[in-house]
Amino acid sequence: MTRAGWIRLLVIVAMIGALELACRLNFIDHRVMIPPSQMATALITMLASGQLNDDIVRTLGVIAIAVALSVVFGFALGLIIHALPRLRAALDPFFATYYAVPVFIFYPVMIAIFGLSLVPIVLMGVATAIVAMIIATLNGLDRIPRVLTKVARVHRMGRLATALQLQLPAAAPYLFTGVKLSVSYAFIAVIAAEFILAPAGLGRDIANAYADFNNRRMYALMLLVLLIATVVNAGLHAWDLRWAKRRGARPS
Amino acid sequence: MTAMRRAIDTTIIVIAVVLIWQGLARWVGDTALPGPAPTFSYMTHFVPSARFAENAAATATAFALALLLAYGLGLAIGVWMGAQRLSGEVGEPILITLYSLPKITLYPVILLIFGLTLSGKVVFGAIHGILPVALLTMAAIRNIPLVYLKSARTLRLSPWQAIWNVLLPATIPEVLAGLRIGFTVTLLGVLLAEMFASKDGLGFLIINAMTLLQTKEMITIAVVLFSFAAVANAILLWIEHRLHRRV
Amino acid sequence: MHGDVHAQFAGVTRVYPGAGGHAPVHALGPINVDLHKGEFFAVVGPSGCGKSTFLEVLAGLQQPTVGTVTFEGRAVAGEVPDGVGVVFQEDASFPWLTVWGNAAFGLQRQGTAPAEVRRRVDDALAFMGLKDFAKAYPSQLSGGMRQRVCIARTLVLQPRLILLDEPFGALDAQTRLLMGDEVLKLWRTTGATVLLITHALDEAAMLADRVGAMSARPGRFIEIIETHWPRDRDSTIVAEPTFGEITGRLWERLRGESLKALGHSGQPPAAALAAE
Repeated sequence: MTRAGWIRLLVIVAMIGALELACRLNFIDHRVMIPPSQMATALITMLASGQLNDDIVRTLGVIAIAVALSVVFGFALGLIIHALPRLRAALDPFFATYYAVPVFIFYPVMIAIFGLSLVPIVLMGVATAIVAMIIATLNGLDRIPRVLTKVARVHRMGRLATALQLQLPAAAPYLFTGVKLSVSYAFIAVIAAEFILAPAGLGRDIANAYADFNNRRMYALMLLVLLIATVVNAGLHAWDLRWAKRRGARPS
Repeated sequence: MTAMRRAIDTTIIVIAVVLIWQGLARWVGDTALPGPAPTFSYMTHFVPSARFAENAAATATAFALALLLAYGLGLAIGVWMGAQRLSGEVGEPILITLYSLPKITLYPVILLIFGLTLSGKVVFGAIHGILPVALLTMAAIRNIPLVYLKSARTLRLSPWQAIWNVLLPATIPEVLAGLRIGFTVTLLGVLLAEMFASKDGLGFLIINAMTLLQTKEMITIAVVLFSFAAVANAILLWIEHRLHRRV
Repeated sequence: MHGDVHAQFAGVTRVYPGAGGHAPVHALGPINVDLHKGEFFAVVGPSGCGKSTFLEVLAGLQQPTVGTVTFEGRAVAGEVPDGVGVVFQEDASFPWLTVWGNAAFGLQRQGTAPAEVRRRVDDALAFMGLKDFAKAYPSQLSGGMRQRVCIARTLVLQPRLILLDEPFGALDAQTRLLMGDEVLKLWRTTGATVLLITHALDEAAMLADRVGAMSARPGRFIEIIETHWPRDRDSTIVAEPTFGEITGRLWERLRGESLKALGHSGQPPAAALAAE
């Protein structure tokens, strides 16, 4: 590990330690926060008892569905939009604005239309993630080196072979970045949707525990959600870096 | 001429969206989703009403304060991490990790600390905004081409002259991009806070409308917020592009 | 040393149709030239003169507007003929494949037997000095090494005509000299006919048997100079007086043309760009 890596670890450990100490010494009221060690033990007990299994499966399942829909349709839409330059020029201002507007504010409208079920949650996940995938697809297709079409002709490759053997691998790193963002965005949107209003799920659990003044449960669940998100994001990020490094950041 | 055609194309898309909305409204029924025409007529008398104004003011106050906090702290952290190489290396991955976390899970903690107050909303909004501002400011400072600093020294500029005439103009476009993203996510943070638990604000109003099945009101608020965010973003983007062209 | 005609340009002209209301661009020709079997032919000319168009017409990547191009007696028509290999100026190595995978790409597409692929790829990598980098990815290599990977990828297909489109344009001067030696070795060992497009007069003068000096657009051969170098030459010939004479003569012919290209005002800039 690098020097900065060690210092980072030290900083994080020190921060957790300080929090632990502040809670134990009652600098922080136990009605506000419980010591991190208690969060961890509460989480382990809850996980061991299996009481969280349904909600974990449910939330992660919803996220997985939202990501799968976003990636598949985002890629397909990206291909179509890329093939129609005029449509693309017309859509550009919308793409530039999309992540600047609080799309999430539409969640209550979705509930009004589809009722309080999984559908509005999945839709919020897709609505948040799909545009990142479309933009990444367009970006990847833009960056396929023009010389590859010549190479394809030198090797007398057909359209399909060119697409699968040259264009797709050339665009793949950018597509993967789209997948990474889709996962991250869908995660945030699904948890937020559950938090605001949902029949069940990890986000809802935290909100319920808050409403019941059950701090042990609330903090344990919070820790769980943040841990899952961190591990997933870090894993995707590391993979992304490895790909980007192998593929090499090329000029133009 | 191409700009004209592009404007026409964009208008066509807006019209298409309105038509899809109309079609959806027909399909799911007027109570679940009112069509564009009834919504716009509702908008004309709801937006000028006192109830809307009060809640919009509450959101605006929280948002303005949150933005101030996010910009102040974000810029300070960004400058520090950009100027001090080691703190940047230590801090950057932490900030990136925090940036991609579902921060809504932390809102109960803020509620436990601040209760249902303005401060809670402000802090929660600011938490969202600090991260992109800090990250992009740091990147802006780190990305200053070395040759600029060398030029500043060969021109025998004083430290203040170097900051004012070289460093600031070189970093401003990227810093501004951070401020623009910070604007967006701070607004989202404030609205999420209001949607989850609040006594006032547009986020509160939209959830309230949902429980009362006031779909026209929900869509009106969403459209107003969309328009506000889109226009603000367009202005900030325009400034950014102008500065980019100059640098 | 002139053998049989290997490839032939007969009255070839290339005109790019005008795009977006601009006038059509007459890029090339008329060109009448024979490439002899086994010779090393170089084309030099000012930038934008149609050198690359010349190569792409022969490769079958572009169709001549008028005239015919033949390779081994058959007309080249809209398709890259069998036996022709092309190395481009841009880095065309595949970043997602290892050096070995890059070199094997063409053979694997043809469905060559694995043992044969292995033998030919290993040979080609050894020949190009890439043996130790077989498992590396292009991003780990320098620009010169990546261009070698592209040459190896062409080489394994055992082309009888190798087309090099400014392959060393992006490399520094010393690396270019060394790559020149590699190309000479490749040319001698394979016995292939080589066509090199370049903007570097010294490169053309050092490598080729014949150098075609091309005019500013529309590109035509002003003169074709024979160098009379021995077949087993290398980059040390840059020290010979004849080398200076050839380079000097090329520059004498091209100086005026290059000036024309620099201040070229006959074409609207957008059309000139579209023709690139």
